Amino acid sequence: MEVPILKQGAFLIATFQAALSDADLNQLRMGLVQQVVKFRSRAVIVDVTAMDVMDSFASRTLREIAHMIRLRGAETVIVGIQPEVAFAMVQLGLTLEGVATALDLEEGLAYLNEKFKVTN
Amino acid sequence: MVGEIRVAINSDQDIVSARQKGRVVANELGFSSGDATLIATAISELARNIVSYAHKGLITIKKVNGHNREGIAVIAADEGPGIPDIRQALRDGFSTSGSLGLGLPGVRRLMDEFEITSQLGKGTTVAVKKWRQ
Repeated sequence: MEVPILKQGAFLIATFQAALSDADLNQLRMGLVQQVVKFRSRAVIVDVTAMDVMDSFASRTLREIAHMIRLRGAETVIVGIQPEVAFAMVQLGLTLEGVATALDLEEGLAYLNEKFKVTN
Repeated sequence: MVGEIRVAINSDQDIVSARQKGRVVANELGFSSGDATLIATAISELARNIVSYAHKGLITIKKVNGHNREGIAVIAADEGPGIPDIRQALRDGFSTSGSLGLGLPGVRRLMDEFEITSQLGKGTTVAVKKWRQ
């Protein structure tokens, strides 16, 4: 399943779908980092609004994406974790420590615009 | 109401279909959407354990009746290598496959009842239940 990656000025926006398999997530991890390199992006917003389950593999992949992108000197913001998904993640013992999160795409963009003081 | 749903687990793609079917059954049984998310997440972890350790297995999802209550049961069975030390596998942070090691203790927290049987060389069966509030 293809994950659309949208270029928005100095930022990339990746929108996750509900039914991503492990293979999709692995592919996305590589794809995102390559795009960050290609476009010299400053930041990536990963929108997980549509994801109805965030299990240990998905959250580990998100953490890895954020760490890889940080090594490229860019930042990752995860947006749109649903309340029920957040509850399940906490029960499961999953954390996204060290990764910025925001309520939704709008807040994520506002956070990055403030941080980088860019006008897209 | 559906009788019993079985999902063969052979690949990571089956993890997705198992948890989607689990959510459908949970919704049909009248679980809240929050509980359905917990159940779907637990199924995802159990199915992933099968793929990671046993490569193939079976997830069975069905309705269960208790005293004045209804619930959902999920049974994850495989004929994989088995778990040498179950107590250790149920401890947070333990993993032999390089995963987070949150699988089994996490699933136990997500559900109301948790049973595991495992025999070395024969396989592992994890049976979990959640009762409708």
